[in-house]
Amino acid sequence: MTTQLLTYIFVGATFTLYIGIALWSRAKSTNDFYVAGKGVHPIANGMATAADWMSAASFLSMAGLIAFLGKDGSVYLMGWTGGYVLLALLLAPYLRKFGKFTVPDFIGERYYSSTARKLAVLCLIFISFTYIAGQMRGVGIVFSRFLEVDINTGVIIGMAIVFFYAVLGGMKGITYTQVAQYCVLIFAYLVPAIFISILMTGQVIPQIGFGSTLVDSPIYLLDKLDRVTRDLGFVAYTENVKTNIDIFCITAALMFGTAGLPHVIVRFFTVPSVGAARQSAGYALIFIALLYTTAPAVSAFARMNLIDSIQDQPYSTSPSWFKNWEEIGLIAWQDKNEDGKIKYSSGSALEDVKPKYLDERGEYGERLLQNEPNLSNENEIYIDRDIIVLANPEIAQLPGWVIALVAAGGLAAALSTAAGLLLVISSSVSHDLLKKTYMPQITEKQELRYARMSAAVAIGIAGIFGIYPPAFVAQVVAFAFGLAAATFFPALFLGIFYKRLNKEGAITGMLLGLIFTASYIIYFKFINPEINNSDFWFMGISPEGIGSVGMLLNFIIALSVSSLTKPPPDEVLELVDDIRRP
Amino acid sequence: MNKKNNKYWKANLKIVISLLVIWFISSFGFGIIFSDYLDQIKFGGFKLGFWFAQQGSIYIFVILIFLYVWLMKRLDKKFSEEEDS
Repeated sequence: MTTQLLTYIFVGATFTLYIGIALWSRAKSTNDFYVAGKGVHPIANGMATAADWMSAASFLSMAGLIAFLGKDGSVYLMGWTGGYVLLALLLAPYLRKFGKFTVPDFIGERYYSSTARKLAVLCLIFISFTYIAGQMRGVGIVFSRFLEVDINTGVIIGMAIVFFYAVLGGMKGITYTQVAQYCVLIFAYLVPAIFISILMTGQVIPQIGFGSTLVDSPIYLLDKLDRVTRDLGFVAYTENVKTNIDIFCITAALMFGTAGLPHVIVRFFTVPSVGAARQSAGYALIFIALLYTTAPAVSAFARMNLIDSIQDQPYSTSPSWFKNWEEIGLIAWQDKNEDGKIKYSSGSALEDVKPKYLDERGEYGERLLQNEPNLSNENEIYIDRDIIVLANPEIAQLPGWVIALVAAGGLAAALSTAAGLLLVISSSVSHDLLKKTYMPQITEKQELRYARMSAAVAIGIAGIFGIYPPAFVAQVVAFAFGLAAATFFPALFLGIFYKRLNKEGAITGMLLGLIFTASYIIYFKFINPEINNSDFWFMGISPEGIGSVGMLLNFIIALSVSSLTKPPPDEVLELVDDIRRP
Repeated sequence: MNKKNNKYWKANLKIVISLLVIWFISSFGFGIIFSDYLDQIKFGGFKLGFWFAQQGSIYIFVILIFLYVWLMKRLDKKFSEEEDS
């Protein structure tokens, strides 16, 4: 059977499974729709949280990013897991005790203010849509490379599936589909990792193979990788390029941002008790760690394999995956020294970094480029980092069914996260904006109808993002985490741990955190991208890490404004006392 | 009643703070600030600082949450027994 046929079968089978689950778990009340009736078992919720959390970025992009960043890539590994410790210890159990439906709900009640609630809805919608755009790109890549359908058709199919189970089933449908999606994605991630680990190091467990010697020599994988990367003009794989303060701030922004992401927090509203919320965070992190500790091993294997399989190869005999990805436009080769061989080294091969293809072919059949060659280095290839995980099984010459499995896994990761995000958007619109602010007279039945309608509208908008992807998608991921860290985390944390914080403090803190972080990122990413380097950054902190500074500002302002204005009313103090009791 | 709640809350804070100290040391400490220093030590093919940054800190995070679950369960039990007596 061809790889493509296998991919159709795998993707078709998993999609049928998701639809089956959606039909089985229809939501009958707003309680079902928003928080799955609060009856989800902690282990099931752990799996659902893991699938919700691990997006197309974790599944498709992260290992590739780390493969090229080496030790600097640790910021993603620590940042996207360490946040769960904060979530488990500082937020999840208390927010579960509060016992309502959404994150803006807590902020609105705790700070007794509909302004605070609306501000929270605004931040939530912004963060969630930023995030969704990235998922849609993931869906598009998988469909176009493996099923050879047009990206637009791929996005529409993906949207139709999500529409089906998110609109029908709400949180209940999403939770049980996410459990299935977790199983698919983790299996799809581990199988090729184990295969490659055995091929390269003889170790079955990738986490151990990562630190072992290569099969054909007594040299450790990481030592060889250090030597090879250094020889090619890069900084050694296990050494940092970024400064410590920047690494510190990026890691902190990702950790606190993770703890403040509404679509993750809301998962802990679905379990039956406070104890279950604590446990569930632990299970979620185990399920996440399974992928996150495998990813850096995959990165090291992939970087080594990549160099071995293309360095100094004549283009005419280069592997087929190289040419396949070149056709899609995610790899480019420009023969600077005109020897017909591929040369890979540090530096960007082309002026303008991204390749612009001409319609003509070169003497070896390669796609010719409009770009001028960048003559300041010898590097001849451009490789998009997002393809590493997808190309890895092909690079390691694994059988076709493994490649098909990875495609199904990538789709599971993208769809599960998209569904979770769509749900928090729709519930904050129907519950916080309509029921709690503008249309308090609507019945539960009407609220449920509005929730379904806003989910449908949100899916439509997400689909448009997928079909006309904003060029800045990769640029704005920093936004989602930076903003969550600078707005939600302090408001939620202080709301629980500092009774004296009043609405004036919380609102000014969130506003300032939002404005500061957003302006810093917009200034360096969009207005003046040419000066986006450490010489111009505030204290050497990149836009990716600035959320940490925004968070500190939020804390300082919130605390000082609070101490100058009058304390919160008694019923709020009682509310805080109540959520502190399990 | 209020006094008991205060006592519970203080005990709770003590657990949270001590676990967060370990959280900070294993990630920001070993994985970032002292990472280059720890890299002088090797075990297997790993430099220790690199291992903490890409593997060790994550294992410690998992252990911390389960430790928290266990400690809180014990604390909850202790205080609910006091309530009964």
